[in-house]
Amino acid sequence: MNLFEPFQFAFFRNGIIVAVLAGAICGLIGVYVVLRQMSYIGHGLSHSIFGGAAASAVLSVNFYLGAGLWGLLSALMIGRVARRGKIGSDAAIGVITTASFAMGLALSNLFGQAKRSIDAVLFGSILGVGGTDVLAVLGAGVLSVVVIYACYRHLLFATFDPEVANVSGVNVARMEALLMLMLAITILFTMKVMGVLLISAMLVTPAATARMMTNSFARMLTIAPIIGALCGFTGMLVSYHIDVSPGATIILMASTVFLGVFTVTGSRGRRNVAGLGHH
Amino acid sequence: MTSLDDRTDAAAITSPARALVEVDGVSHSYSGPLVLDHIHLSIDAGSFLGVIGPSGSGKTTLLRLILGSLSPTNGTVKREPNLRVAYVPQVETVNWNFPITVSEVVLMSRSPSMRRPWATASERRDVSEVLEQLGLDGLGNRHIRELSGGQQQRVFLARALHRKPDLLVLDEPTSGVDVRTRHEVVHLLTDLHRDGMAVVLTTHDINGLATHLPRIACVNRELIALGSPRDVLTPQVLERTYGAPMEVLEHGGLLLVTDSPLATS
Repeated sequence: MNLFEPFQFAFFRNGIIVAVLAGAICGLIGVYVVLRQMSYIGHGLSHSIFGGAAASAVLSVNFYLGAGLWGLLSALMIGRVARRGKIGSDAAIGVITTASFAMGLALSNLFGQAKRSIDAVLFGSILGVGGTDVLAVLGAGVLSVVVIYACYRHLLFATFDPEVANVSGVNVARMEALLMLMLAITILFTMKVMGVLLISAMLVTPAATARMMTNSFARMLTIAPIIGALCGFTGMLVSYHIDVSPGATIILMASTVFLGVFTVTGSRGRRNVAGLGHH
Repeated sequence: MTSLDDRTDAAAITSPARALVEVDGVSHSYSGPLVLDHIHLSIDAGSFLGVIGPSGSGKTTLLRLILGSLSPTNGTVKREPNLRVAYVPQVETVNWNFPITVSEVVLMSRSPSMRRPWATASERRDVSEVLEQLGLDGLGNRHIRELSGGQQQRVFLARALHRKPDLLVLDEPTSGVDVRTRHEVVHLLTDLHRDGMAVVLTTHDINGLATHLPRIACVNRELIALGSPRDVLTPQVLERTYGAPMEVLEHGGLLLVTDSPLATS
């Protein structure tokens, strides 16, 4: 078996570029997702976007346009329902995003011809990745790096201590909106390879692994994208050779790395990762 | 412990007090009953004010109104233009598992206009200076969880001081700390006040902290009393503030406030 045989195919070369970039972006944004306890929002947003992706496939509308608008609409609805105050934002996310996901499934059942592209959105695919997707993910990656570079101190302050950040002149609401926007863009532009059902794991696992390896925020921000990119690369290779959807193999790679680091770092790593989400 | 009353406040003697923050007829509610009702308070340059009151009395809300992180429902809070305020939250609210070193915490408070992720040479020098000032030199690369209770409290003081504030606001700075740490914190605040910094803090610790301050505000939804500990810490005022009888004793020239359970029987 020639390990690098798939590189002769253009679709695979596109796919692996997207997977490496997607892994790195998910790792990068995942640091904020994990430390701000936004995992459930990421999970919900990806499910919500699935409804838009399914509708786009059925109506033959551009995937990024349809799914993106749908995601934006869902986020606005979540905000509106949560502001009513009767139910918490977690319940609002649960209601709206699962309704959107159910609509995607219904469309999938009703319109059989769209089933293949809907399956690809659910579980990830390397076959449908073209030059436009490479450019889109590259753009999302550049945007994420530029935003994090430009707003590094504000994002860090707003993430660690929002109340004091606000008093110290940081526009915390703007930083939160920026993070939500980056999260939505990351999900939208990487879900073709990762798949809706598994992308939230990629937003959490590399960042949680990096947390076990370091006590420095700056180093965590460097380690998590490297882990994500490596898992994207190896996961795609394994996906091709064993003919399993890339979302699954990439996440399995990330889970294996997590388990390895969890074992090697011992009680220190376990304490760090157990502390995520607990003050 | 020395009373702050004994210390010379040079700024107060040589020039009339300049109001940094004026709280004028302020009321506040969180979409329910009033948490604070018609509060008048002035925080002058170089002053040192302690706010006492039971849990839920509106102390932290008052701090947030002074800081500007809350807008009053009624009344106005006027802050001096370009006033530099620094805030030290309760240590219980800090996420000790956050991956962050002592230097990274202190660096956070730099001017929001700074864009570069990494610290410049002058910033590193400033951080070293403030850490040294607070006895934290050599600990810059340590994770915040690896420090003692007193050191942890001083890290957040260092972050506040790194802003070079005109007004330092602290929420329960001695809550959950041991006696030694409490002494360290009180001495630090005493030194900062002596150097001319205005300080406002809330506390539940009447004997360990409030009796040593020059001015105390007793708050329970409304401002019940404002003045020096000798003027304010009377059984009548304390009962109105805490809703329970309390005794005030004097020991070695210092006031001592105790619960008075027998008075209820």
